[in-house]
Amino acid sequence: MSSSIDEIQDQVIEEFQLFDQWIEKYEYIIELGKNLPGLDDQYMRDENLVPGCQSRVWLHAELKGGKAVYAADSDAIITKGIIALLIRVLSEQPPEKVHEAELYFIDRIGLKDHLSSTRSNGLVSMINKMRTVARDLSKIA
Amino acid sequence: MSGKVTSFRKFDVEKIRNDFPVLHREVNGNPLVYLDNGASSQKPKQVIDRMTRYYEHEHANIHRGVHHLSQRATDSYEQVREATCNYLNAASSREILFTRGTTESINLVACSWGRHFLKEGDEIIISTMEHHSNIVPWQMTCEERGAKLKVIPISKAGELDMEAFQNLLNERTRLVSLVHVSNALGTINPVKEIINLAHQCNALVLLDGAQALPHMKVDMRALDVDFYAFSAHKMLGPTGLGILYGRESLLDSMPPYQGGGEMIERVTFEKTTYNELPFKFEAGTPNIADTIAFGSALEYYDEFDQDELIAHEQDLLAYAGQRLSQVDGIEFVGMARDKAGVISFNLKDIHPFDVGTILDQMGIAVRTGHHCTQPLMDFYGIVGTVRASFAFYNNQTDVDALVDGVEKASAILL
Repeated sequence: MSSSIDEIQDQVIEEFQLFDQWIEKYEYIIELGKNLPGLDDQYMRDENLVPGCQSRVWLHAELKGGKAVYAADSDAIITKGIIALLIRVLSEQPPEKVHEAELYFIDRIGLKDHLSSTRSNGLVSMINKMRTVARDLSKIA
Repeated sequence: MSGKVTSFRKFDVEKIRNDFPVLHREVNGNPLVYLDNGASSQKPKQVIDRMTRYYEHEHANIHRGVHHLSQRATDSYEQVREATCNYLNAASSREILFTRGTTESINLVACSWGRHFLKEGDEIIISTMEHHSNIVPWQMTCEERGAKLKVIPISKAGELDMEAFQNLLNERTRLVSLVHVSNALGTINPVKEIINLAHQCNALVLLDGAQALPHMKVDMRALDVDFYAFSAHKMLGPTGLGILYGRESLLDSMPPYQGGGEMIERVTFEKTTYNELPFKFEAGTPNIADTIAFGSALEYYDEFDQDELIAHEQDLLAYAGQRLSQVDGIEFVGMARDKAGVISFNLKDIHPFDVGTILDQMGIAVRTGHHCTQPLMDFYGIVGTVRASFAFYNNQTDVDALVDGVEKASAILL
């Protein structure tokens, strides 16, 4: 049995509690960004582009074995690191769970600012798009 | 100009910083290092206090009010028009129009002058380094009138190609609309030479001075410029107020920009006649409080010897440039010989957003992104830059903090 969205969120929160300094936290996020495979060239298309003024985000979603599977990329590494966390929490979950999920981990690990609309980094739009896609996929599943 | 004898305040940056309350706050547990002055300057308490005093004791709608408060507010408001006229050495306060900002000032000219005077085949010249505010209004007007937009190329250093400019100028050129100081690069353009060349071709010149006036005094009559647009909030004043200087004969010949109250002389359902300058261009209740507080910003500048402010900013710029050049991976964008207030850079191919995020954690406010100059970023083949922009209240500690921050960002991100 794989972990639920909330179980993974709690794991992430616990991991981030290890960091005393902001710099350690960001080094970890940057590491996550560097390790995220990103998107195949075939998916780096304009229709997968989530609009963001500062950094750009590409998102691809598909249904595999009844689960929503996400892959994403960004041209900014910190954004990409946060994407890695979002994928870890939301990917390979039943689409209806993704659609309903309450994402509390972002706030708890002190990255809430990154989700304010003024950041214009594409993350808010990305989460919205992940949910919309999940809703659409849940109709197919 | 008035013949008053001015005794300047001695330039002491630490003392000046005490006039700016926000500079004493912390951000993310660190003292604020405010290097986003190109986006908006901070406000001295003299400006903040003036606005508060106005709302607490003096507020009323202006013009045509018979009562005491209205007359007093009208006087204060119109005195700022007079003060702005003196500050710019314009010929008359009728040449000073209050708008919402530089963007509206340019749009006013594009709509009023552009729609009325441009014909098919006419040409307008802008440059590669323009802010979107000095591109889009002209694109819209040119499309409507069948006029053509021509663009002066720039060098890699971020300087206008003056030879190309002279080749673009011809008898069809009606207007040259250029940025005085580039917001993204800091380049100070040779505006006097440009105005002379344009006038020889009977073309008008509009200058976007939003980034110039915070760093230098500009004399309208000495420049012989036709239109000059800028914003109060970038030069210690409140947000939501812009100024358009326009040569009186030109403004007189232009139709109103918006219709409504204030701008009329007499309204009947058959015909409306318009008010005289400058009111013809100021429909509706104006931004009274901000305008009055802007007067205090101008007074604040006048307390100092401008040459000392400029010298201090140039020292900061040189010091920042010299120290930042030592940082691993730094690539400066825009290396013009004449620059004001701005250092734009990238750390190799790292996204400027990432650098800005790390700096923000350290309480350092810079701007990242394309700075509303996408064609300029396209020219350099980059998505954006990190821009540190200075004001005279910045000090060496600010530069040192910036350098520490960029070094840290370089260590983490590269």
